[in-house]
Amino acid sequence: MGTELDQTLPQPLLDVRGVTLQYKTREHLVTATYRVDFSIQRSDRFVLLGPSGCGKSTLLKAVGGYMAPVEGEIHLKGTKITRPGPDRMMVFQEFDQLLPWKTVRQNVTFALTTSGKLRGKAADEKAMQYIDKVHLTRFADAYPHTLSGGMKQRVAIARGMAMEPDILLMDEPFAALDALTRQRMQDELLQLWDETKFTVLFVTHSIAEAVKIGNRILLLSPHPGQVKAEMNSVPRDGDPALAAALEARIHDMLFADRVEEDEHV
Amino acid sequence: MSDLSLRPEIVRELSSSEDFGVIQKELTVFEQLFNQAWLRKSIILVLIAVAWEVYGRYLDNPLLVPTFNDTVTALWGGLKSGVIPDRTWTTIVILFKGFAAGVFLAAVMTILAITTQVGTDFLETVTAMFSPLPAIALLPLALIWFGLGQGSLIFVMVHSVLWPLALNTHAGFRAVSPTLRMVGRNYGLSGLMLVLKILIPAAFPSILAGLKIGWAFAWRTLIAAELVFGVASGKGGLGWYIFESKNQLDIPEVFAGLLTIIVIGLLVENVIFRTIELKTVRRWGMQN
Repeated sequence: MGTELDQTLPQPLLDVRGVTLQYKTREHLVTATYRVDFSIQRSDRFVLLGPSGCGKSTLLKAVGGYMAPVEGEIHLKGTKITRPGPDRMMVFQEFDQLLPWKTVRQNVTFALTTSGKLRGKAADEKAMQYIDKVHLTRFADAYPHTLSGGMKQRVAIARGMAMEPDILLMDEPFAALDALTRQRMQDELLQLWDETKFTVLFVTHSIAEAVKIGNRILLLSPHPGQVKAEMNSVPRDGDPALAAALEARIHDMLFADRVEEDEHV
Repeated sequence: MSDLSLRPEIVRELSSSEDFGVIQKELTVFEQLFNQAWLRKSIILVLIAVAWEVYGRYLDNPLLVPTFNDTVTALWGGLKSGVIPDRTWTTIVILFKGFAAGVFLAAVMTILAITTQVGTDFLETVTAMFSPLPAIALLPLALIWFGLGQGSLIFVMVHSVLWPLALNTHAGFRAVSPTLRMVGRNYGLSGLMLVLKILIPAAFPSILAGLKIGWAFAWRTLIAAELVFGVASGKGGLGWYIFESKNQLDIPEVFAGLLTIIVIGLLVENVIFRTIELKTVRRWGMQN
């Protein structure tokens, strides 16, 4: 049934087909996701949404190339993903993702030069251009430990975007921020998207964040993660009531599981 | 009965900054001086020197404890005649050779340890075995293997530098956050380049601590080893200078030798390592 629909769409940028992911802890072999399918088009703001334990972060790591699927394949622009690479830049949740021994500017240029993307003056100019985009020009020569959490995340986003990757992978980048900063960062991210129309795969466990950030939302069920639904988000400048309705609908879909669980007990 | 919801709401104008009075005020000169660590420590040093001088004069036996004054005179004499700089230089040259060899071996071992499981097991096993073994205990063996001379000294120094440095560096590598590793791999780094560009700077606080411990061990071991068989290849170091002076009952010279060792130790600790610390880990906020 999918084939017919697929033909009408252009070749997807990222294609995840039947991906089962497993990882080992000291005692157990855990299946994080089971046969997950989805595909992302260019300039999508694709959100992976689900409760903790639905394997959304593991899935993002697999797209990042940090772990190989035991079943299924992940293709980026038709090429199978086998290892991490600068064509898929990660933005992590942790504040320690910046190299503490480098300044803001150096952190961004280091990414550009190390990956062999740009060199010397060109790298520096590109870095400053994106540092400017996230409003951190004044802090370009500051070391990360002097920045606030929100600023650190902005540097990480600038670093990811300066690399101009095929797709930006964001693993709950705002989860460790306070609510006010978080809202501002979401607005800034959308503004940046308006400017450059980059493709982003965004992981979150917040329904409101998913509806606000995403244009398409993949809903995952927990233990192991399976696709529950793939839905379009509401238009950004549309009626707030529509967003609220979508949030309620997603909430019910996630909540349905829990009722069933309760009934079985 | 009052209804709690009937309480009036309060919205206030903030007072302007001129009304606050003192927000920030400079400390007094005495407070500022007292905050200088070097000044406080210098005062302690002066007090120790004074106590030494007083005790020396009270005891009045230069063969047991020469006064501070005598010691400084002997030190000055030794410096002027060129004996002490000469001996110190001999010691420092050997020290650098041994230290460099130890650092190199530690680097090789820890890089192997961080990249392979066998390397980890090997490093853990040998450090557990040799780390508690005092370098001096190896001297008799070193003498048989390398004879009287630099070879034996360098051998025991490598032993004293290698284990603490390898242990600290390895612990530092393992403490590097998984996120930073993933960031490095995201840039396409792997293997040795990942170690050089991400792991070494990220583990630098531990590596520096290891270098400091290694330096202290090496310095002590070297002086002790020189005391035992100092005339390495016809030229003795500081340890030998102390030994010689003792044999001739030139006790102020013995003290002058000891003082030189202390001064060099302090210089390396407080100037060299301190500068490195300030320029790196402190600046990066990786150590407070």
